[in-house]
Amino acid sequence: MADTTETGVTGKAARRVEAAPAARTAQARAPRGSRLRRGLTPWLFLAAPLVLLITFTYAPVANMVAYSFTDWDGVSPELSYTGGENYVELFTRPELFEVFFVSGYYLAASVVQIVVALYFATVLSFNVRFRNFFKGVLFFPYLINGVAIGFVFLYFFQDGGTLDSILGLLGVHSDRAWLGTPVSANVSLAGVSVWRYLGLNFVLFLGAIQSIPGELYEAAELDGANRWHQFRYIIAPGIRPVLSLTVILSVSGSLSAFEVPFIMTGGATGTETFVIQTVKLAFQFNKTGLASAAAVVLLLIILAVTWVQRRLVPDDKVDLV
Amino acid sequence: MNHRTKIAGSLLAAALLAAGCTGSGGTSKGADAEAPDDPKKVSGTITVLTHRTDLVQDGTMKKYAAEFNKTYPKVEVEFDALTDYEGEVKIRMNTENYGDVLMIPAVIKKNDYPKFFASLGTETERAKKYLFTDFTTVDGKVYGQSPMGALPGFLYNKRVWKEAGITDWPTTPAEFVAGLRAVKSKTDAIPYYTNFKDMWPLTQWTYMDGAVSCDPRATSRLAEGDPWAKGEDLRVADTLLYDIVRGGLIEKDPTTTNWEASKPKLAKGDIATMWLGSWAITQFRAAAKQAGANPDDIGFMPFPAQRDGKFCATMSPDYNQAVNINSDHKAAARAWIDWFTDTSGYAADNLTLSPVKGDPLPEVLRPYEDAGVKLIELDDAKGAEVKEIDNESEVGIYKPDYRQDLVDLARGARKGSLDDFLGDLGERWEEARKSTGS
Repeated sequence: MADTTETGVTGKAARRVEAAPAARTAQARAPRGSRLRRGLTPWLFLAAPLVLLITFTYAPVANMVAYSFTDWDGVSPELSYTGGENYVELFTRPELFEVFFVSGYYLAASVVQIVVALYFATVLSFNVRFRNFFKGVLFFPYLINGVAIGFVFLYFFQDGGTLDSILGLLGVHSDRAWLGTPVSANVSLAGVSVWRYLGLNFVLFLGAIQSIPGELYEAAELDGANRWHQFRYIIAPGIRPVLSLTVILSVSGSLSAFEVPFIMTGGATGTETFVIQTVKLAFQFNKTGLASAAAVVLLLIILAVTWVQRRLVPDDKVDLV
Repeated sequence: MNHRTKIAGSLLAAALLAAGCTGSGGTSKGADAEAPDDPKKVSGTITVLTHRTDLVQDGTMKKYAAEFNKTYPKVEVEFDALTDYEGEVKIRMNTENYGDVLMIPAVIKKNDYPKFFASLGTETERAKKYLFTDFTTVDGKVYGQSPMGALPGFLYNKRVWKEAGITDWPTTPAEFVAGLRAVKSKTDAIPYYTNFKDMWPLTQWTYMDGAVSCDPRATSRLAEGDPWAKGEDLRVADTLLYDIVRGGLIEKDPTTTNWEASKPKLAKGDIATMWLGSWAITQFRAAAKQAGANPDDIGFMPFPAQRDGKFCATMSPDYNQAVNINSDHKAAARAWIDWFTDTSGYAADNLTLSPVKGDPLPEVLRPYEDAGVKLIELDDAKGAEVKEIDNESEVGIYKPDYRQDLVDLARGARKGSLDDFLGDLGERWEEARKSTGS
């Protein structure tokens, strides 16, 4: 989805750049035919990305919204329109929203994740030995497929697995089932997702920090600022837009956590998230209509949270100099 | 701004248009796949969709096809093995292109069978010869046939149970739990392995339905009342599972179990017992051979309940084979199903029950025969209703979720009492039963 959206955006920008001068010259002297052709040219270029965007992004979403007003079971050739019944059912069953408590673990984890990523990005933006090596180490987990991560960590947490062995080497014999109780399982899973997404946040922060002009640090040093001052007054304000983007991504990520818990526990032992619940409604109990409605509601919730967040912390223009 | 709105509007319109095009498949209704009169004349290439990826990969299916061609020389059989059978076929069934012969996916509603499959004949006629016709009958017509059947039961390691001093099959749940306790105290084996993480093994418990009541209408009764009322089959089974877990007779960490690894463990005697079905025996014997253990150590025992001094076990079908209603070679497809069921030897090769009435039991089930276990052919007349109630209530008796919760409850990872838990299931079931009107 990210790919198609991107093509859409760049395509639109390209059109605007090209169309402006063309229109001006066309008005002056070009005959009707060539004017039409010129008007059409940008659209021809746009056709391919637009078709892709519509078929693979908007049509499925429109489809899902349409299903959310039906009682479709996912296979039957027959489906009937039920109006807002699915939405009424969703909002009259509070237990369907209880799973959002699980998102709290992931939200807390993403706070940890942002702080740690920010720390490493700041440290590695200065001249440190083996800098590129450490960058690689931190970013590497993000490149691994989520399913593979799920399996790797299943072995990591199992009884007598990697974690127990390492703790054993350090002389700690905890003898606990890491995924055994709801609290322990959710903390473990949230830990895995921190491990996985730390790299992405780190790279975003690092990029933002490196775009801050170097002479600012020099000037600050001349003025007697130490590393903390540099962070507080140069780096922190300099990366604010990226920071707020990261927070939005983290919040929506926490609300829609899926891959890692689905593969590792399948939602057992109190680790069910909203998306896992939706998948189960759709594919286990064949309530595709209700599940589509749940997906639409999740989308609206995320949009609402983002909107509130943008209102609280407006995206001001940063001016360091 | 205006210009932009226009573009956005046309994008939205295009999206809706595209969404409108993606409807569901055809709704042609009713067709028969009649058996060909002359095997030499029937011709065509048929595609068989199957979940047995293992048999297609090792060439066993090809051998069956070659054998089939001796009787039907002009039919060419091709196999399409799907790893995620349920998931993939479900999507393909939105089109007309889902092979000529396929296994009926569990997700298809029974009442929709006539829309998707060609009928194999009337029930009165087919039930004379075959088992399990009930499971695919809609309005007196049969739409599928399972090539083999299975009995539910405990797979256990005979050597370990003997070491624990138990040689006779327990006859009550309490006796069974006592047996597991003996295994725990006298041997090093894990008395019972839940396979909690892999989930589907927990769903096998539901197939015991009928073992306690010894009633052929056991599954139909699910549509008639609370399955967790006092004395009902599912309540007995779920209570037994609860007691096993509560008594600390399972593996240390159920959340990280491993199905593949559990097979050699049971064969070697590291695990004493697992509730599965007769279909699993071949797999465990193979695992025993591979691990260098004795395949004969693997035993099979019925659910610990007796009625009039006899154990009961219900026969249940595997996937039912059916003919695609859109197939161009229905006669050839029908010929394959008949041949595969009657003469291929598929059931015997898998050490399972033959669906043809009167065929002898496979050798692995000899102990059942000797002990006089009563085999019940379930009446599935209300199968469709049960499925509907199950989905509507979101209980999922053939899904792992509620049993995972039950295990969590028993080992203290979830708060509550067993009575409340089963009571809540029953309540949801009853509510859905009333709202679906059965």
